Amino acid sequence: MNNSDLAQILIRAVEEADSSDRLLDAVQELAAAGIEESVPTLIAALGYNNPGAAVAAVDGLIAMGEAAVSPLLELIDDYNYGARAWAIRALAGIGDIRALDTLLEAAKTDFSLSVRRAATRGLGTLRWHQLPPDQVESVQTQVLEALLLISQDPEWVVRYAAVTSLETLAIAIAVTLPDQASQITNQLQQILDTDADLGVRTRVKFAQEKIQQQQHQEVFAPKRKLQDTEVPYRGGGRR
Amino acid sequence: MNSSPQKFEDLSPTGDFANGESLTVEQAIANLESADLGLRFYAAWWLGRFRIGEPAAVTALIKALEDEADRTPEGGYPLRRNAARALGKLGDRQAVSPLIVCLDCSDFYVREAAAQSLEMLGDPVCIPALIKLLAVGLQGEQLTSKQPDLSQPYDAILEALGTLRATKFISLVKPFLEHPIELVQYAAARAMYQLTQEPVYGERLVQALAGEKLQLRRAVLADLGAIGYLPAADAIAQTLAENSLKLISLKGLLEHQVSHTGTSTLSPGAIKVMNLMDSLL
Repeated sequence: MNNSDLAQILIRAVEEADSSDRLLDAVQELAAAGIEESVPTLIAALGYNNPGAAVAAVDGLIAMGEAAVSPLLELIDDYNYGARAWAIRALAGIGDIRALDTLLEAAKTDFSLSVRRAATRGLGTLRWHQLPPDQVESVQTQVLEALLLISQDPEWVVRYAAVTSLETLAIAIAVTLPDQASQITNQLQQILDTDADLGVRTRVKFAQEKIQQQQHQEVFAPKRKLQDTEVPYRGGGRR
Repeated sequence: MNSSPQKFEDLSPTGDFANGESLTVEQAIANLESADLGLRFYAAWWLGRFRIGEPAAVTALIKALEDEADRTPEGGYPLRRNAARALGKLGDRQAVSPLIVCLDCSDFYVREAAAQSLEMLGDPVCIPALIKLLAVGLQGEQLTSKQPDLSQPYDAILEALGTLRATKFISLVKPFLEHPIELVQYAAARAMYQLTQEPVYGERLVQALAGEKLQLRRAVLADLGAIGYLPAADAIAQTLAENSLKLISLKGLLEHQVSHTGTSTLSPGAIKVMNLMDSLL
């Protein structure tokens, strides 16, 4: 049996699943097979109002990586914000720079906090090396501006996500854009001093620690090129 | 109920209401006296939703706890329910005594809202009245033989007793671990953990995260967040439920870690929880 036949069988299993457990199992199997043909079915599974199946589908799409990006961008469902949040999470997990505009837009303006949260997280996990070198600075500055704005979102969880992304951005630009890096440091301190939410303030402390550790390493390795910073831990298995 | 919890979360104070009106504080307070019962009901909800803690709002809501005009066909008191819920959110201790009176109301949902709000207000003076209500479900130190007993909002009462640290009454809380209604069992486990700090009760909630029903898993996430039970962190991150709810639950664990480790350095537990939260964004 070739991949295409296998994909058809697994896709049919998803389409014919008649209970939420069966759907979950079928989506997990399809995701695990890692066959490109399955992308549209995995994207459809984001909209079934079944959190388990959606998580499995997101994991499968992230594992698929670049091949899933343009279908995700094309198929983002404007009418179902639950599905849109999952699709944004998949894009954030892949980190493909083609999703930049979608992520910026969603993080700044989407009415759903889950979508803003996922998109904000995605702004911190972009793969900068995909950009032509002469564009990196201007795009990083654009993302920084957006994150400074989003770090004042009324929802704690969106501000929390902004802190995680400010942290990764600060580390990514520590050497290349020192002025912007210090803007981030100042903003984080301001959030620590003023944010009403203890969870957000605690995450700022954690971010400050991680940025400091990285600066400490810089002292010993000043010439190291930060081409592609470490991608933050995204957890494994069922999220 | 199959509405997504996100719908509630996505009501942020900056958003416009699709089918509600934007009120001013003065209007909302005035509307509590309106001839239009719908406007009264909405105003009471609105004052709580936006945490309008002005003395005039508190006074008007306390007065609404005695409303007789707004009745359901079954004899319920919709305005009283909303007023009781709002008073919990406003944090004004003046509401404690009037809410204790509401624990005797003929309307189950008024009693439930009063118990929830008394928990939020955190004044232990209400403990005897809560115990009196809890005792309706007991014969001595056992559950009454007529089950399932749905006559009182036992889950709300138990949660309040746990939060208020009513340690003297552990023997009356414990029997509810065996209540036939799962939500009541969970509320009892949550309260028992708060009253005894024994991990066995936290573990009971962790086991419930693997349960079949999404609604119950959601309730357990809220319980674990409320008690800040750190060993549940991984199970919370992995349970099948909306990430929004897992994040709120984990934030409860995180804040518990921070407030209970007196130092300003981050504990390993806090770091673990934040790494899990990051992975759920």
